[in-house]
Amino acid sequence: MPGSASYAILLLGTLLEALVVVCAVRRKVLKKYFILNFYMLLCVFVSLARYHILTHDGGVKSITYRYFYFYSDALLTIVLYFGLISLYISVFEEMKVERYLRMGAIVLLAGTSWFSYAVVSQSSHRMLTYFAFELSQNLYFVGLILTYVLWAAVLKMRHTQALLVQLVLSLGIYFSAYAASYSLSNLHPNFYSYVAYMLPVIGCLLPLSWAYAFWRVPEEARLSPQRLAMAGSR
Amino acid sequence: MIAAIILVCSVAFFLQFFVPYCRSVIASSAGHVLSEEVQDVTGISKQPAGDDFARVMQLLMLCPDRPEDRGEIRAIGVYFRLLNVVKTTAARLAPSLLAWAEKERGRCTYFAAVALDRRVAFSRDLLAQQIEA
Repeated sequence: MPGSASYAILLLGTLLEALVVVCAVRRKVLKKYFILNFYMLLCVFVSLARYHILTHDGGVKSITYRYFYFYSDALLTIVLYFGLISLYISVFEEMKVERYLRMGAIVLLAGTSWFSYAVVSQSSHRMLTYFAFELSQNLYFVGLILTYVLWAAVLKMRHTQALLVQLVLSLGIYFSAYAASYSLSNLHPNFYSYVAYMLPVIGCLLPLSWAYAFWRVPEEARLSPQRLAMAGSR
Repeated sequence: MIAAIILVCSVAFFLQFFVPYCRSVIASSAGHVLSEEVQDVTGISKQPAGDDFARVMQLLMLCPDRPEDRGEIRAIGVYFRLLNVVKTTAARLAPSLLAWAEKERGRCTYFAAVALDRRVAFSRDLLAQQIEA
């Protein structure tokens, strides 16, 4: 990606991530969606660090940038994973199963890490780098499945809070787009050059949709998720 | 092989999330009553047609940009194109899908008209502020 374009997308993404936190503060939902906002704040700091590496270490093709990109991405994915679990806790709030959800989340994260390690353990060199990449990819897919299950739970439990519905759907779009990109680059190494263009753009989707949700959707707004999900519904 | 399966599943999941998301954005504008002047300009009152979408979007692009609705308009534009694909492919096999796609295209048009209405109001406010200043 040309230098100016990657800088522009990075800047846009960072501004949108900061905007999410600003909108959440303005709407007074920062505490309620704390982990999601913490994730966005962490994204801002990671973006600033990426910008620093881009400007000081030879641009997007430099090894340092690639290493930092995938390590920081793995860290961000783990935080986002816990953000997703916090949405689970919101949806299942009335059932008082918070403790079980947390335990299940940790077991699933440990299992995914172990699976990722098992996959990359045959590579003798740069194992840690491959592990970070593999963990990210697997966590995106696990996140995607969990988001799908959460969406099914929202539909089943007739959860009507419009803000939560939009947050969950945005997360689903983001996870599926990322999982598709990673699997595409895994299909053939040549695809990586195309995926490298797509990843930063996809990265802007989540802050854009969350900023929209926090800004425009009042917390008390209600909608019927069943009507959104069914093709052919009125 | 696993990567290919993940890719196919991811694309399927993407559509499962993208369609309800777009419908939730459209639903937020469904309760908005169009002003008389936008109804006159677009010819839309209660039953918008999907075929009017391009024309309403052209009118929308003539108005000064509002940063806050740029993302949602783009998302609905993508959704409308997706519906066009459904209409010309899968809907030929299932008539109920054709009716659904047509209804959704009409909703996209109404959404665009609501966005136009908001942009007109925004421009008017902007002009009033400039006159006052």
